Amino acid sequence: MAKQTRKTSSRKTPAKKTTKRPNGKASNSNASNDVHEVPSSLSVSVSFDTYPSGAYSHTDLGLSEDQVLAMYRNMLLQRRFEERAAQMYGKQKIAGFLHLYIGQEAISTGTASALEIGKDSVITAYRDHGHGLALGMTAREGMAEMFGKVGGCSRGKGGSMHFFSKEKGLFGGHGIVGAHVPVGVGIAFAHKYKESGGVAVAFYGDGAVGQGSIHEALNLASLYELPVIMVVENNQYAMGTPIHRAFAETEFASHSVAYNMKGAVVDGMDVFSVYKAMQDHVALARENKPSLLEIRTYRYRGHSMSDPQKYRTKEELEAKKDEDPLVRLKIYILDNDITSGEALDGIDDDVKQEVLAAVEFAENSPAPELSEIYDNVYEETDYPFIS
Amino acid sequence: MAILQYREALRQAMTEEMVRDDRVFLMGEEVAEYNGAYKVSEGMLEQFGSKRVIDTPISESGFCGLGVGAAMNGLRPIIEFMTFNFSFVAFDQLVNNAAKIRYMSGGQFTIPIVFRGANGAAGQLGATHNTSTESLYSTFPGLKVISPSNPDDAKGLLKSAIRDDNPVIFLESEVMFGLKGEVSDEEDYLIPIGKARIGRSGTDVTIVAHGKSYWIALRVAERLESEGYSAEVIDPRTIRPLDMDTIVESIKKTNRCVIIDESNPFASISSEITYRIQERAFDYLDAPIVRITSKDVPAPYAKNLIEYYMPQEGEAYEACKRVMYAQ
Repeated sequence: MAKQTRKTSSRKTPAKKTTKRPNGKASNSNASNDVHEVPSSLSVSVSFDTYPSGAYSHTDLGLSEDQVLAMYRNMLLQRRFEERAAQMYGKQKIAGFLHLYIGQEAISTGTASALEIGKDSVITAYRDHGHGLALGMTAREGMAEMFGKVGGCSRGKGGSMHFFSKEKGLFGGHGIVGAHVPVGVGIAFAHKYKESGGVAVAFYGDGAVGQGSIHEALNLASLYELPVIMVVENNQYAMGTPIHRAFAETEFASHSVAYNMKGAVVDGMDVFSVYKAMQDHVALARENKPSLLEIRTYRYRGHSMSDPQKYRTKEELEAKKDEDPLVRLKIYILDNDITSGEALDGIDDDVKQEVLAAVEFAENSPAPELSEIYDNVYEETDYPFIS
Repeated sequence: MAILQYREALRQAMTEEMVRDDRVFLMGEEVAEYNGAYKVSEGMLEQFGSKRVIDTPISESGFCGLGVGAAMNGLRPIIEFMTFNFSFVAFDQLVNNAAKIRYMSGGQFTIPIVFRGANGAAGQLGATHNTSTESLYSTFPGLKVISPSNPDDAKGLLKSAIRDDNPVIFLESEVMFGLKGEVSDEEDYLIPIGKARIGRSGTDVTIVAHGKSYWIALRVAERLESEGYSAEVIDPRTIRPLDMDTIVESIKKTNRCVIIDESNPFASISSEITYRIQERAFDYLDAPIVRITSKDVPAPYAKNLIEYYMPQEGEAYEACKRVMYAQ
């Protein structure tokens, strides 16, 4: 991995005191007895690990060829699933809000590949289809959820933004920006409390960085030394607002400095970079060392289906498409003779069939009974029990 | 029967449940090393250690969200608000996450969590520190809301709340923490959530009052008794679910009802109870229902104004006389 050094602040006066915070947990300066003492100068110098694209081969990472192909298939499944979802939205089979993850698939797949599924936990925002499919949720239950059918992963009660799978450790899909991040810290709290050995990954978007809940969550994660990886998926835009118009500090990894935890910057267009970063930070989390990863990525579609995307140029979008994580991985596979072009076409056909079958399943799954409206509000099954 | 303060009854409930179930933990501002801002958790850090009695920074949104996540992942948190006035900073965590995740996940995730702390007015604290939150939280399906008026109910209902698999809003009171009363010695004393208590039986008028308003109702009933009127006092104890059966049965007997509710009046608990009474017992009513609430203003600071702001015993007495056509 590479290093990026960053000086976050410096106020020069005659005599200097430098607090160095290398990677990882630095000594807590607040613990000292002379906390009231104001030095004549204070500066913070910090460096981050970085995980650039193209820096890792699958053999470096100990990945077998089958594992690489499984990653490719999973990313492709997310892509085709969402392309079909967009089509179904156009046909009004899917209603409400639909936020596509297209362009960001290396992050979900790279993460899930580094986790112990069933033991570890993931929580994310409303752009959640990719995380669900990466963790092993089926395309059928995902599509049926968006169709509002009982065969859906949340029995048709959640929709696109609220995918849940207790079995796979997906603690949601959450619709309020930033609100789920303290919940992710609580999931990690429970892992530590129970000594389960599990870790939590709390994903949020760059837009959520403006929410106070994120900062409270970062502080609590570090203060209580919880097994959590906080991940900002920086896709550059909060709906139509580019990060430079919303944030005084756009290098989000630097928030790790304020909260005294390890931080790193990752290229989210290369699944190997994400996988490596996750492996490293999951290992830290298993030792109750929380961290903050800023994963830089790009979404190729609008914020939601109703987004005219006037905030970015076609040229920018086209240029970013050259970095497509799926294309990158496909080229890598072919260049390294992991398999043939024909075999990749076979995977494509297979994924296409899986998604078509998911649509068919969703069509045929029954809508919930009206009586089910009262189910799952409370633990009790006799609700509405309020007379 | 032991005589305990309200705060001691709450502490007993938490302590017994933490001994019984090691998934239960207490988290909040000043709950551990300070021994509780109102000494509710006094001694609990010493008994249970810092793994289970946990101080937080002043980050209500953060630690309430943490509680929700911990509950989703198998624990049973008790989250203390120093007062429920501060719960507004965490409102989103309570109403969007605690109340709705079970439903949105199709029942996959349960959120067994108790949010507890002082609610309502507590004297000359100014408007931000004097809010009654029960009508606010009761409006959200997915939450249960409890407001005990005495130490015995505080203990029995808090133990039930901790064992409940739903998120529970448990509303206490700064001015009642020192209130003493008999508390059952029964081992594992549980009071079912959703059952009202008839504090005093009577035949001429029904007074419904929860939390500290209950004590106003009892004083009014005593005064009426001295004049030869028999008032029945009902403490709902649980706001949601609300035991309307007990209230309706009482009104079928008395044909008259006065509600004392410390909330601001608009869209309040008294509004809801009034609606439900006319829905189920319209033909039994011999007079319009009257409610006595806080004034429809933010709580003022000045001593005379805050006293005037609160539901008045005199107002409640007059209301009872009015519905009995006894003036």
